[in-house]
Amino acid sequence: MGTAELLWNGLAALLTLFIFSFLYRDNVFYKFAERLVAGVSAGYWTILLYHTSFTDKVIVPIFEQQHYWYIIPSILGIMMWTRFSRKWAWLSRISLAFYIGIATGVALPIAMYASIYRQLQASMVSISLDWAGINSALVTIGLLCSLAYFYFSKEHDGWFGGISRVGIYTLMIGFGAGFGLTVMGRISLLIDRVLFLKDYVLTLFGA
Amino acid sequence: MGTSVVHLARLRLFLFIILFSSIIGQAAFGAENDWLITKPPLINKLYDTPNDHGKSIKIEWLSAEYDSAFIPEGYIIQRADSPQGPFDSIGFVPIVNNLYTDYEDVINKKDYYYRVAVTGTDITSPVEGPVQASGQWFHTGKTTTFVFSVVFCAMAIAILIFARRGVQFYIRPIGGINAIDDAIGRATEMGKPILFVPGLGTASDVATIAAFTIMERVAKKTAEYQSRVIVPCYYPETMIVAQEVVKSAFMDAGRPDMFNSKNIFYVTTDQFPYTAAVNGIMLRDKPATNFFLGKFYAESLVLAETGFEAGAIQIAGTDEPIQIPFFVAACDYTLIGEELYAASAYLSRDPMRLGTLKAQDWGKAILVVILVLGIVTASVFGSDFFIRMLDVNVN
Repeated sequence: MGTAELLWNGLAALLTLFIFSFLYRDNVFYKFAERLVAGVSAGYWTILLYHTSFTDKVIVPIFEQQHYWYIIPSILGIMMWTRFSRKWAWLSRISLAFYIGIATGVALPIAMYASIYRQLQASMVSISLDWAGINSALVTIGLLCSLAYFYFSKEHDGWFGGISRVGIYTLMIGFGAGFGLTVMGRISLLIDRVLFLKDYVLTLFGA
Repeated sequence: MGTSVVHLARLRLFLFIILFSSIIGQAAFGAENDWLITKPPLINKLYDTPNDHGKSIKIEWLSAEYDSAFIPEGYIIQRADSPQGPFDSIGFVPIVNNLYTDYEDVINKKDYYYRVAVTGTDITSPVEGPVQASGQWFHTGKTTTFVFSVVFCAMAIAILIFARRGVQFYIRPIGGINAIDDAIGRATEMGKPILFVPGLGTASDVATIAAFTIMERVAKKTAEYQSRVIVPCYYPETMIVAQEVVKSAFMDAGRPDMFNSKNIFYVTTDQFPYTAAVNGIMLRDKPATNFFLGKFYAESLVLAETGFEAGAIQIAGTDEPIQIPFFVAACDYTLIGEELYAASAYLSRDPMRLGTLKAQDWGKAILVVILVLGIVTASVFGSDFFIRMLDVNVN
C-alpha cells in the first residue's frame, strides 16, 4: 500500500470510527463526520446536476445542436426560480404541476404492470392435490386474506374480521422473514467494515 | 526410398498451401464464396414497428442456406429509397438471427426498400418494399391498462357524484391515523417541534403524494396549536411542494404569519448523508413527534431507531414492503402499505379522495374475482385465459 493510499484509507478508517462513536452518544466527532458527509454530498450533487441537467439538457441541445424546442422545458425550469419573488412565486406551481402530472402519467402503466398484472399472473397457479398444490393453496389463502385486510369499506368484525386477521398474520410472517433477511445483510455490511479496519491496522503496523 | 519420402512430404506441403490459400482467398474475396450459398436469404416480413411513435421499421427474413464448409458471420441489412438503389448498409445481424429493427434516421411516411446481404459473399435477398414508418396513437399492447383505467375512473367519478350529493361512505378506522392529533398535541404540550420526513421518493411518487396530504393535516394542526414543524427534504422538488403544502395549511388555519419557509429545507440527494443529517436534527432539536411518511429504503431503521433513542413518539408509513418491518419494530404506529394512501381520505373526508379510495376498494374486489376465476380455470380446466388477458406490453 503506497503512502497516498495509506493516508486516504486512514481518513476512511478515522471517519468510520467517528460514525461508530454515535453508538456511545452524540458527540463532536460524530457531528464532524455527519456534517462532512452531508456537505460533500450536497456539493457533489450540485455539480453533478449542473452537468447532467443544465449542460446536457439546456446548453448543449439549444446552443450547440440548435434543438430549439428544448427552450420550452427550459422555461418551465426557469419558472421554478420565481419562488424567490413573492409576486411571481405562483408561476412555479405550473412547472410543478407539469412535472408531477407527467411523471405520474408515465409511471401509471408501469406501476399497473408490475404491481397488479404481473402479481396476478404469478398468483394464478393451478392448485393440484399434492404437496405443491397445498403450498399454492396456502399462498392463495394468505394472499386473499391480506387483500381483505386492505379493504377499507367494511368494518373488520365478524367473519370478515376473522379473514382480515388471518391477512395481517400472513403479512407479519412476511415482514418477519424480510426483517431477518435484511438484518443479515446489515450484519454483512458491518463485518465488511470491521474487516476494513482490521486490515488497515495490520497494514499500518506492517503485519 | 528416402527420396520418395521427401517428395511425398513436399507434395503434402504443396496441397496444404493450396488449401490454406483457398480458405484465405474465400474469406478475402466475397464472390469466391457465392457458390457455397445454396439458397439466398428471403425477406418474408417487412413492416412498420407497431405501437410506437414511428421512425422504425422491422425486417424479418428466411435464413440463407449454405455449405457446411463456409459459415458466414451474419447478414448486412441494406436500405434504399428506390428499388433500383443505391443501397446503403445500415446494420449487421449475426447469422443465427433473422430479425432487424431499423432506427437509422427513418422518416415517417417515406418509402423504403430493403434487402439482406450475406457477409463474405455478393449474395443478397431480392429487394422488398416499399414500406413506410408511422406512429400510432393507440398502443394495442396496453389495452388492458386502458380498460382498467377507464373502469377505475368511472367508479371514482360515480362515487364522487354520490359523495357530493351527501351520501355517506364508511371507511374503517386506521390505527396510526387516529394517533396523529394526539402526537401533535403532545409536541405542543412539551414545547418541542414536530419532525416530518417525507421520505426519499420524488414529488411524483404515489407514497410521497400521500405523505403530502397527511403533511397538510399535520401542518394545519401545528398552526392551530402554534407549534413548529420541521421538514427536511431529499429532493429540491419535494421541498418546493412541501413548502406549498405547509404554507397553504397555515393559511387555512388562519395563521399565515406563523409560516416560516426555512423550516422546510433541502438537505441532499444522497441516501446516507441525508440520513445522517436527519439523525442530527432528531438528536439536537429533540422533536417530540416524528412522522416518517413516504418512500423509505435502507435508512428506515436508522431513522426510526434514532428517533426512538431520542424519546419521540413516532408514526411511520410506507409502501415499501421490505421497510415496513423496521417501522413496525421501532415506531409507535405504522401505516402498512395502502393504509398510507387511505389515510388522506380518512383524515380529510374530502369527496374526491373518498371517491378514489372507494374506487380502489371496488377495483380490488374486481381483481380478487379475476384472481379466483384465474385460479379456478387454471386448476379445473387447465386454461390460461386470464393469465393471457393480463399480458401487457409496457414498452
